[in-house]
Amino acid sequence: MKHQQEYRDPSLARAQLQAIHQTVVDYDHTITLMEVCGTHTMAIYQHGIRGLLPENIQLISGPGCPVCVTPVAYVDRAIALSRRPATIIATFGDMVRVPGSTSSLQQEQARGARVEIVYSSLDAVALAAVHPDQTVVFLGVGFETTAPTVAGALLTAEQKGLENFFVLCAHKTMPAAMAALVSDPELAVDGYLCPAHVSTIIGTEAYQPLAETYRVPCVVTGFEPLDILQGVLMLTRQVVAGQARVENQYRRVVKPIGNPKARQILDRVFEPCDANWRGIGSLPESGLQLRTAYARFDAARQLPVTVEPPVVQSGCLCGEILKGKARPDDCSLFQTTCTPEDPVGACMVSSEGTCAAAYKYGR
Amino acid sequence: MKSEIILLGHGSGGKLSHDLLEHLVLPLLSDRPADNQNDAAVLPPLCGRLALTTDSYVVDPVVFPGGNIGDLAIHGTINDLAMSGARPVAISVGLIIEEGLSVQTLRLILESMRSAADAAGVKIVTGDTKVVPRGKADKIFINTTGLGSIEHDLEITGSSARPGDRILINGTIGDHGMAVLSCREGLHLESPLATDSAPLHGLVALLIQAVGSDLHVLRDPTRGGVATTIKEIAQQSAVGVTLQETALPLHKTVAGACAILGLDPLFVANEGKLLAFVAPQAAERALAAMQNPPNGRHAAIIGEVTAVHAGKVQLATAIGGLRAIEMLAGEQLPRIC
Amino acid sequence: MCLGVPMQIKAIDDLMAVCEIDGVRREASLMMLDDVKIGDYVLIHAGFAIEKIDEAEAQLTLEALRDALEMGLFPE
Repeated sequence: MKHQQEYRDPSLARAQLQAIHQTVVDYDHTITLMEVCGTHTMAIYQHGIRGLLPENIQLISGPGCPVCVTPVAYVDRAIALSRRPATIIATFGDMVRVPGSTSSLQQEQARGARVEIVYSSLDAVALAAVHPDQTVVFLGVGFETTAPTVAGALLTAEQKGLENFFVLCAHKTMPAAMAALVSDPELAVDGYLCPAHVSTIIGTEAYQPLAETYRVPCVVTGFEPLDILQGVLMLTRQVVAGQARVENQYRRVVKPIGNPKARQILDRVFEPCDANWRGIGSLPESGLQLRTAYARFDAARQLPVTVEPPVVQSGCLCGEILKGKARPDDCSLFQTTCTPEDPVGACMVSSEGTCAAAYKYGR
Repeated sequence: MKSEIILLGHGSGGKLSHDLLEHLVLPLLSDRPADNQNDAAVLPPLCGRLALTTDSYVVDPVVFPGGNIGDLAIHGTINDLAMSGARPVAISVGLIIEEGLSVQTLRLILESMRSAADAAGVKIVTGDTKVVPRGKADKIFINTTGLGSIEHDLEITGSSARPGDRILINGTIGDHGMAVLSCREGLHLESPLATDSAPLHGLVALLIQAVGSDLHVLRDPTRGGVATTIKEIAQQSAVGVTLQETALPLHKTVAGACAILGLDPLFVANEGKLLAFVAPQAAERALAAMQNPPNGRHAAIIGEVTAVHAGKVQLATAIGGLRAIEMLAGEQLPRIC
Repeated sequence: MCLGVPMQIKAIDDLMAVCEIDGVRREASLMMLDDVKIGDYVLIHAGFAIEKIDEAEAQLTLEALRDALEMGLFPE
């Protein structure tokens, strides 16, 4: 597999690990590095990276799972929409088992709702074109990697003059959340492993204000094991040397300016708004909403439904876990009441949520 | 058969039913003519212990690259018998057909079942056919029950794994599941992937011949994939298992399809593969036995059983790390995260 | 929400491309990229090509990784 297999070479991995160990051999403090992308969370577990690092380098997970930070109210609204007659919910597979207050899309499907898993939002547009008698609602969840693709799908729907295609939007953007975390006095983040594919869109320049204002090193890092090890090495070297720069490990894809064309497509359809992050609360300018010109595609505005009041179970530590302040093991519900088969919070049900990853890979 | 589609009447026991049996089902599945059928198949006595297995097949789509629900059912039942160390002797076939299924599709399925049974030297000896109204079944559901004879006294069970055992597989992982998934309409993938559905009793006979009582466990990793099956055995036998990621035989096209959909091939279904737990001194002989038959060139030793961490399975990753393998809550879903 | 796969462009029809990885093909939209040609490797996410893969930079990354090995920091 070109551009993948080369980054899994065991001898190159050993060399990176040796270099990492060498960098901290005389360093007495703990170095806490945070990744803010669910794909990094998964990859770190899948390759068993934590166990290979020196003991004083701690990798913690932040709110990098867009499914996990989606408020319960959104899932409840998606469920309410699925109960409408002649309605198809088109969604990425990631959302299907997420628990709402009393149900999930998978459970609604068992009760007769039409829920279609799609690989691309364009497939949802195609579904709408093929079923003019059905209302197709696409669940727009994801960060800056995914939001431009959904914007592209909306432009396509506009071009085709579709009147039965809608998006229920919960897109969020990363830098605001990272700033909120690093300025939290209870959290000691020494460096950020920045998300590879979000950065493909927003560019390495997007992290410059963060690095300068909060004096925290940021390394844009790919998802293959060698990428992650090289990224950890680059961050560790900066921390030991007391530096706070933005560096790019994932140079084969990410540019300083990112992908301006993708951002143009995004800006045409979406505009920033305040957003509610499950477990964190409201963060200003951290979400995306459909512009007025595209309001006719907004499921929240065009398809009114009665949504049940949100129910959040007590004892759930998802909030603290999403902020990197607690580990899954700290939660009394972890592995007992809250399991992948019977999840309480979204950290467990999303396949790349911190708790799901810990449950599946880390025990 | 005049009709091009199956009607409710074809299952009601009257003239249409006789038509279906006489002109389609029996000629294709049975050696006996329609006027010589009895309520039960009577078989000659078997020596050795008896093995009995039953499975129902509900796969969608019913026809997929390299096979269909029919030969899948025959192979699946043969393999369940083989995993107990039994020689497959006879199979029964129960069909539940949705009204409206095309006769052409039914013919294709039945012909494949007959070919699969003949190729494996197993007879389809009895069966049943029902038709249900449109919407009450998904095109066709098939139940196959298999009878086998165990002509040795080896105890090949899921609780017989012992520390030190080597774990072998006869070929690449995830082929069947990805072949079926890749032709799901909504995903719009194009690939040369095909099922690995195949009978394994011949391979099992070779293994028993090669290593005898050093063969401790046999199981075919169907739903849930290699990971789930090994986890089940680790729990049943109360042993630990360490798998080697670099030893897992994986076809690059399967790897590519998994990469696109975000799936882990360790948890994807196989239909022509078996896992054998073998005493360490017999591992090389077992591997040689596996590598002989036509499809055995990717056979490999993929891990071993340990005395510690009973019930736990871990994967030694390519870069030298360790990762725990747990059972999944449900089937893997395509993801973009 | 970041799963991306490097795939090679096999055919282009207006803004859609047929992309391939190890024999598996899928269509993807090129609306986010300019100057893409058959044979290029692109990063595919959710049915869209979101960036071209820079072969020269990939080489540099691999060289840096190999240098660390050769520097004898870790004997083979």
